[in-house]
Amino acid sequence: MNRMRLIPAALAAAIASAGSAQAADLTLCWAAWDPANALVELSKDFEAQSGIKMNFEFVPWPNFADRMLNELNSGGQLCDLMIGDSQWIGGAAENGWYVMLNDFFDKEGISMNAFVPATVTGYSEWPKNTPNYWSLPAFGDVVGWTYRKDWFERPEIQAAFKEKYGRDLTPPATFAELKDVAEFFQGREIDGKTVYGASIYTERGSEGITMGAMDVLYSYGFKYDNPEKPYDMEGFVNSDGAVAGLEFYKSLYDCCVAPGTSNTYMGEGIDAYKSGQVALHMNFAFTWPGFEVDPNVGGGKTGYLVNPAGPNGEKFAQLGGQGISVVANTDNMDGALAYIKWFAQKDVQDKWWSMGGFSCLRAVVEDPNFAKSQPYAQTFLDSMAIVKDFWAEPSYATLLQASQQRFHDYVVAGNGSAKEALDGLIADWTETFQDEGKL
Amino acid sequence: MTDTPADRIARATPPAIARRVRGLPDRVIAWIFVAPTIFLLLAVNIFPLIWTIRLSFTNFAANKPNAEVKWVGIRNYTRILTDADTWANMQTTAHFLIWTIFFQVLIGFALAWLINRKFKGNDLVTTLIVIPMMLSPAVVGNFWTFLYQPQIGVVNYVVEFLTGIPADSFSMLGPGGWARWSIVIVDTWMWTPFVMLICLAGLRSIPDYIYEAAEVDRASKWRQFWTITVPMALPFLMLAVLFRGIENFRMFDLVVLLTGGGPGDETLLASIDLKREAFEKWRTGYSSAYAIILFVTVFGLASIYVKALNRVKQR
Repeated sequence: MNRMRLIPAALAAAIASAGSAQAADLTLCWAAWDPANALVELSKDFEAQSGIKMNFEFVPWPNFADRMLNELNSGGQLCDLMIGDSQWIGGAAENGWYVMLNDFFDKEGISMNAFVPATVTGYSEWPKNTPNYWSLPAFGDVVGWTYRKDWFERPEIQAAFKEKYGRDLTPPATFAELKDVAEFFQGREIDGKTVYGASIYTERGSEGITMGAMDVLYSYGFKYDNPEKPYDMEGFVNSDGAVAGLEFYKSLYDCCVAPGTSNTYMGEGIDAYKSGQVALHMNFAFTWPGFEVDPNVGGGKTGYLVNPAGPNGEKFAQLGGQGISVVANTDNMDGALAYIKWFAQKDVQDKWWSMGGFSCLRAVVEDPNFAKSQPYAQTFLDSMAIVKDFWAEPSYATLLQASQQRFHDYVVAGNGSAKEALDGLIADWTETFQDEGKL
Repeated sequence: MTDTPADRIARATPPAIARRVRGLPDRVIAWIFVAPTIFLLLAVNIFPLIWTIRLSFTNFAANKPNAEVKWVGIRNYTRILTDADTWANMQTTAHFLIWTIFFQVLIGFALAWLINRKFKGNDLVTTLIVIPMMLSPAVVGNFWTFLYQPQIGVVNYVVEFLTGIPADSFSMLGPGGWARWSIVIVDTWMWTPFVMLICLAGLRSIPDYIYEAAEVDRASKWRQFWTITVPMALPFLMLAVLFRGIENFRMFDLVVLLTGGGPGDETLLASIDLKREAFEKWRTGYSSAYAIILFVTVFGLASIYVKALNRVKQR
């Protein structure tokens, strides 16, 4: 065989071997944020054990849903594994984007009872409260609050607060107290710098203001629909309590945020808090490990708060977080299922928590040492016990866009009243459910 | 005798093909050359357009490939045209369109008129002026978000310096009615150089002898401007308006980066609304109807405008 004949043969062999290597690879898709970086590190153990090479496709949060839902919808083969948002589960299940995992769980002895119940309902089940599982709870998350503990402990600040409000400056237990604290810090000079009361969600484009407003509305009595009659929203979405909750959120926005925060979400909140601009900070729990190691707000300067209670003492929090699912279009089903099996193990979940991943495995979070393992661990546990989530219907994106528009228009732009905003929301949501044939 | 490219191609053509082609009429040969382009045009432009028109009469949702697709007649069109939000978005788009074009033409023409006067450093100034239009909209959006930031942004400090209004007491991109004007300012900053370049081409196409004749007739500079400069540069100006009008009707990236359509719906342009309907809410049939309405609007306005442009050119 002469040299000229050898070249194409070698080329063909190289292409064939590259093709087979690619087939064994797995691509995991998720949002681009700190936990994703931790997962890259964690997954090196899986690569070493299985010999399967892991690739990752991370998209920043504001574009995550847009990009990944397009990918799933178009039947793309980019992702073998998807850590998709909790609200996608209805659409993903009904449109056949995810693989139903019941048989796999049964075969491998993975029990959903081993996971925190709220995460199973929120991330895995569709229809809700039925034993149909489309993902393994991967990352527990919930909206909570952080506050500048070091500022709260300063004697001169404590004295000034007591003089103004007649009580001690303590971490707020109710939303009314939270507003007092935010008002107190608004425009105050601390260390020669003007600081502001609170950082809250106001983002218009994706889901920001809905996550923020709902986080307050739940504790004021908001319900998505009649528990006895699904999709019957009148008197639940626009109940007196819900109206008061939305008015409260607007009043918090009007009185106590830093200038220019009319379109802020997780990233902007983190920046505002780390730069010492605000005393109170609403954000998902995933941000907390980053604060602990931050030179400005870490090392004991930050306190962690469960969502405060509403006027009637009710206390709920907005669920975040995601489950890990197998994409139906994957060409490496065995590899993807092997990853989920590996990820469900106790020792992997222990390591996941130690690296900043919020494990949903009960054996991890119910360990007697868990609460003391991190300064925010107990707050995380307490918060996960009171979660509620947005609609997880297949039409969730339409429902979400309606609430984004109604809430932003009232809270930020200052148009109309809270009652009008919520009445309008019922009209929008009713139209969507009618289109879906559910009403 | 030297070979021409045609001779070389003729020699390289296999005799069998050459014989076949030689026997074909010119019209057929012309079609052979044009056919690939026509095919591409049909496949990439015309077919999707026809398909979109078809979808606009259905309830099709691209995220539900297995759902039954129902014929809904003109329901999507009536829903869009009777929806107050759609009209509000159209008004926002019209506000953006009219004011950006107004400022860009005004400033662009003034800059072109100044640049057209020969002075030292003319080329350098022209280069500096066109820099904004060379930047990516993503860069411009982020850059201006910082400039508009009430605490650290330059814009609020300039306003405070000039008016005494505290810099952190208002937000250019937040509530208070400034957001619409803020996006107009950014688009004007970015695209005025483009209008300027087109106007400059127009001004430089006016022959000097016309001005010399006007000087001989003792026409004032003011009269020369209104009777020579403006009429002769008008076709170029109108072309610039056409380009900017079409571009700004589909403006998306800059506004999404600056405001996300907010506060409320204050800067929600029709193009952003359409994108949300199509690719976030997945109401494909509805958004197809929306797209057709926007297409007809742009196409209709552009056709009327092009006719006017041709009339001006013929004068």
